[in-house]
Amino acid sequence: MELLRLLEKDGRMPVKTIAKMLDVSEEEIEDMMRALEKRKVILGYSGIVDWTKVDSPEGITAMIDVKVQPKRGVGFDEVAERIYRFKEVKALYLMSGTYDLSVVIEGRTMSEVGQFVSEKLSTLESVLSTTTHFQLKKYKHDGVVFEDGDEDHRIVVSP
Amino acid sequence: MTNHYLSEAVERIQPSGIRKFFDLASSMDNIISLGVGEPDYATPWNIREASIASLERGMTSYTANAGILELREEISRYLNREFHTPYDPENEVIVTAGASEAIDLAMRSTVNPGDEVLVVEPSFVSYAPLVSLIGGVPVSVPTSIENGFKVTADQIAERVTDRTRGILLCFPNNPTGTVMTKEELEQVATVIEKHDLIVYSDEIYAEMTYDGRHVSVPALKGMRERTVLISGFSKAFAMTGWRLGYVCAPAPIAAGMLKIHQYAMMCASTMAQYGALEALRNGKDEMLEMVESYRQRRNFFVSSLKDIGLDCHTPGGAFYAFPSIKSTGLSSESFAEKLLFAERIAVVPGNVFGEGGEGHIRCSYATSLSQLEEAVDRIDSFLKEIK
Repeated sequence: MELLRLLEKDGRMPVKTIAKMLDVSEEEIEDMMRALEKRKVILGYSGIVDWTKVDSPEGITAMIDVKVQPKRGVGFDEVAERIYRFKEVKALYLMSGTYDLSVVIEGRTMSEVGQFVSEKLSTLESVLSTTTHFQLKKYKHDGVVFEDGDEDHRIVVSP
Repeated sequence: MTNHYLSEAVERIQPSGIRKFFDLASSMDNIISLGVGEPDYATPWNIREASIASLERGMTSYTANAGILELREEISRYLNREFHTPYDPENEVIVTAGASEAIDLAMRSTVNPGDEVLVVEPSFVSYAPLVSLIGGVPVSVPTSIENGFKVTADQIAERVTDRTRGILLCFPNNPTGTVMTKEELEQVATVIEKHDLIVYSDEIYAEMTYDGRHVSVPALKGMRERTVLISGFSKAFAMTGWRLGYVCAPAPIAAGMLKIHQYAMMCASTMAQYGALEALRNGKDEMLEMVESYRQRRNFFVSSLKDIGLDCHTPGGAFYAFPSIKSTGLSSESFAEKLLFAERIAVVPGNVFGEGGEGHIRCSYATSLSQLEEAVDRIDSFLKEIK
């Protein structure tokens, strides 16, 4: 568990450092990581990027609330799979409440996202309705605060 | 520098040795600081929010001298639940402006001019000066790395005279990180009881006990009636700038402390008290996360110091490592100064913490892992340079 928490916070943390922090050998950490990858507990290692700070065309992120008609025997799973297989879909969640699926889409332009919704998503047989919300600014993502206001204000030496 | 308007007591005490290093380090850029005696977290948001909400509700007046009763009740429940030390919130708990004020109150209410107070050293820089300021005589009980910086009953017994009034203990310790086991404290308690001493037990780092549970001095047999327990919110809840602590003692001693507190301080800051109330009620999960992170960083840092050849006992608590630099042949002050100029790493020389501290440096590992990694690399380069 501690290993997973450390990796979730920083997937690039060197094995040597993790081993020291958890007071176990490097070999043990490597074995544990391999086993966790094999069991698909660890699914990948990714970075969190603030794209607004690099000189690259900014993409568009939209969150789409989708109401669907579940099918007998397969419930929401079949339509969910048909949606998450699209490469534009970055995340997909089954939700409780007024709609059923929450789809996170990334596209290069607003019209690209619009096209995806109108041509690919809305036309699926089980999809009853969609409501698209465009993301305007990212304040916090995956637990990381963008433009963090909690800088270290401590004086350099103190009792 | 002297001035005839200053009192003799103030003239006699020296400014903190830490101040000198602060001045030196502050004048330089790009410093990696291991000299900071406080958490590297900002206060958890729910605590900040509770304090803001108290302002919005207009809670901006004085509180009772001893602090808002709700908070004292919560402190009492917390101490009982976590450390088995029940205190009566009405008569035995006082909310103070940080643990620093609590130590001052404890000294001023129980020590007479000429009384001796044993100070287990290395220790927090303010203990001995606070004894001296009221005309008391601080008597050092030095500990050393050979014994893991633990104090023994014999060491205490050797220094007791008929003027000895009390003893100042701090476990987990600043600056060594040392923790005493229940058995070790019980042995110390025997001699304390035998000589009828007061114990001033600074347990501000209690929550930061990494291997096992913290043993609170007043929870030991025969200790409660003679102990002044000092603690606060600064370390466990990352609330250093709020200046909020508390002191607990049997009612007659607490009443004595309250007299001084009501004249000198009136009461602790009201908005801070509401923040503290939230900390005790809903702050445990986040506090445990922070403590776990310190434990991991301790493991990393101490192991890395050993890898580069610095002898370092494993601190059982607080967030300081206190490695020995004796192998370099330098005094702790000279080592710290050279390290600062050569590698821009700020540490605190061990001698400022009193006897037993010479030959060591205090490194706080309450800083980011990347800074710790960089610091170890730079200390390694420095050690190779001065060989």
